[in-house]
Amino acid sequence: MSRGIALAVAWRSVHNYFTNLAFLLPSIVFPLFFFTAFAGGLSAVGNLPGFDFPSGYTAFQFVFVLLQSAAFGGVFTGFGIARDFEGGFARRFLLAATDRRAIVAGYALAALTRAAVTWAVLTTVALVAGMEVGGGGVDLFGLFGLAVLVNLAAALWAAGVAMRVRSLQGGPLMQFPTFLVLFLAPVYVPLDLLSGWIHAVASVNPITALLEAGRGFISGEPTVVALAFAIAIALPLLFALWARGGLRRAEAAG
Amino acid sequence: MAVDSGERAGIEVEGLVREFKNGPRAVDGIDLRVAPGEIYGFLGPNGAGKSTTVLMLTTLLPPTAGTARVGGRDIVKEGPRVRALIGAALQEAALDPLLSGREHMRLQTALHGLPRAERTARGDELLARVGLSQAADRKVGGYSGGMKRRLDLALALVHGPRILFLDEPTTGLDIQSRTALWDEVARLAAEEGVTVFLTTQYLEEADALADRVGIIDRGRIVAEGTPAALKAAIGRPTVEAVPHEATDRERVAAVLSRFGEAGEGTRREGASVLLEGGESQLAEVVRALDAEGIAIERLQLHAPSLDDVFLAKTGRSLEGAEDQPAPEAGSEEAGAVGG
Amino acid sequence: MSAALPTQVGQLARRSVLRTLRQPAQIVSALVFPLFLLAVNSGGLKDATDLPGFPTDSYLTFALAVPFIQGALFSVMNAGTDLARDIETGFLNRLALTPLRGAALLSGLLAGAVVLGLMQAATYLAVGLIAGAELAAGAPGALVLVALSVSLTVGFGSIGLFAALRTGSGEAVQSLFPVFFVFLFISSMALPLDLIQTQWFHDVASANPVSYLLQAFRSLLIEGWNAGDLALGFAISAAILLAGMYAAATALKSRLVRT
Repeated sequence: MSRGIALAVAWRSVHNYFTNLAFLLPSIVFPLFFFTAFAGGLSAVGNLPGFDFPSGYTAFQFVFVLLQSAAFGGVFTGFGIARDFEGGFARRFLLAATDRRAIVAGYALAALTRAAVTWAVLTTVALVAGMEVGGGGVDLFGLFGLAVLVNLAAALWAAGVAMRVRSLQGGPLMQFPTFLVLFLAPVYVPLDLLSGWIHAVASVNPITALLEAGRGFISGEPTVVALAFAIAIALPLLFALWARGGLRRAEAAG
Repeated sequence: MAVDSGERAGIEVEGLVREFKNGPRAVDGIDLRVAPGEIYGFLGPNGAGKSTTVLMLTTLLPPTAGTARVGGRDIVKEGPRVRALIGAALQEAALDPLLSGREHMRLQTALHGLPRAERTARGDELLARVGLSQAADRKVGGYSGGMKRRLDLALALVHGPRILFLDEPTTGLDIQSRTALWDEVARLAAEEGVTVFLTTQYLEEADALADRVGIIDRGRIVAEGTPAALKAAIGRPTVEAVPHEATDRERVAAVLSRFGEAGEGTRREGASVLLEGGESQLAEVVRALDAEGIAIERLQLHAPSLDDVFLAKTGRSLEGAEDQPAPEAGSEEAGAVGG
Repeated sequence: MSAALPTQVGQLARRSVLRTLRQPAQIVSALVFPLFLLAVNSGGLKDATDLPGFPTDSYLTFALAVPFIQGALFSVMNAGTDLARDIETGFLNRLALTPLRGAALLSGLLAGAVVLGLMQAATYLAVGLIAGAELAAGAPGALVLVALSVSLTVGFGSIGLFAALRTGSGEAVQSLFPVFFVFLFISSMALPLDLIQTQWFHDVASANPVSYLLQAFRSLLIEGWNAGDLALGFAISAAILLAGMYAAATALKSRLVRT
């Protein structure tokens, strides 16, 4: 793989992100807003019978918002790729790169860099708001490791769509499935407090394992770690193949 | 004040100015008159002030200073009456992609107050006239550029205006569509006596259609007259020679000066001469340059065109005009009105 | 010759309705997205009804008020982006060259919002009732609920028109969505006001008019007839409409500077 190309692509995306408020602000503000709305507005839900999450409702929601921001950060990378193809800029990369997989790697690297900024701000705000963290260093490493893998999976998913559609009209295609998958999970209460159809759907939703593992990490009581990491590693591998297919389509289209 | 039917179809402009906040004067004091039934071509490069002038004359933009009467009505004080007399096809085709051609007609006829009984007939008549009958029920989003322009023209004619404003109507069209539009505009003027104020950046369009041409640059009219008169004022054919070596420019100019006056507005890298003896002197020019041992990269004989008129008045070619920096006020290039 | 005002309004209304109906993506997203969120939220927060003081046993009934507000937000976007497109393409100039009156333009443009509002209200209510939500106010309450929903949709639509006239840009109108989103979230959207424990959130939600709009819808769904809640809801809706139309009319004067 061409490291230089990947770094160049990543640098450009990151540079545009930091020098353009229209990109920077929403990626920070929206997660903060969701965190505030869920943790602040729904804090009473933490008092429901059977809701005995040790670190409190703020930490419970922090994990969801962290993974949500990881996923949507990856999706917004796809928007950038689509924009580049639509405007013709992507052709520069295709012409310059000897190994074009490095282009996708560069975009993914940029997504991770941007996500790291968001997570730093989100975590700081959560701690200032009094979030209890029961987990230690290793646990938190596990939590953020999951977030990294979710970000990578989402970026590769969105990249695959973007390179197939090569237009911002593909935006809803990237966003909607991501949104569906995130919200058909135990967002507001743990899985065992859900019932009916949503319990059935959430039980088979791979995101549920990631959420439960993440919440286990932050409370210092790790759970379903192996399953969560198996899923979290499988998803980027699967979407890497998807993205590679997208790259081939884009190359064929010229 | 009574307005006779002749005045009703003309345009009179005096000292019209449009200034934008913190910006340049887009229109910097223009005077012009368009006689009833005339096709007036308003020619200039991008950014010259053509569209701004049209927006003012069609009452969509108030002038900063100056006066204008369209169809005998003051554009500032009698806006609604002006609008009743005019039709306009502006720079964008201004169509709704979700409506069909027929639905556009229906809307436009109704808004202009045509009686319900007449709307369909009028709409069908105009659609047929511009060759859109078959496509009338298709959504405009699926129309080609030429079809959109034709529909745009038809919509401008719905209420039978006496004065028609066309702002770059053929920009982006293929030759066939352009010619069809020219034919229709010429017919409107010739057969129906419609006064047409046409802005364009295409020389051949102004040449082909316009009875008279006003050339605008940087907000001012730099030349005005019939195309033939403007070209004749530039007059004799011009030979322009560009030497291979830039250092030979003075020698080229010296040789050419034996054959007539230096041409105005010569491009920097060459020299030009207005041939007193006509095109037949070209061979002598070539021999003279050869005798001096000057290597020539390019030698061109120009029959005068409107671009030459523009070049003569502004020192720039119409096609390159928008790339040049604005002249300072009071400089030779800050053109005077004339033609 | 100038068309009468009713003719002008009628023609523009016709166009507005046609455009709305010919953009299925707009209709589908305005219908599907709020219903999806209703399904997710009512499923995920079902047990919130166990909280002492929760006004109903059915979280679905409680949450059914939210799609009506979300639908109104879509009206901001749809009406606003349609008008912004007219400005960007020059179609507004075309209309300005006719004897069209400003009042007719604004009224006509909102006709599409009325149609969409009716479709939304009917759909949300039907789906909610089929899914098991209650409507304590019965059939007459359904009519009032639809009326409130439509008036809110039109009111928000007028804000969209103002945004379009002020900015002339579809992108700028779209960028308003997060602002309204915030108003919706920092409200009694998920829990009743008196069950919001976080003090600052409670204070902001209490000052947020959206909380009282939600309460108006909920009064019909949960309680039956509560004149005070209904009156406040309609009053807020009317205030939004008046403010929106005034702002839009002022912005139209600047945008349509014809002499």
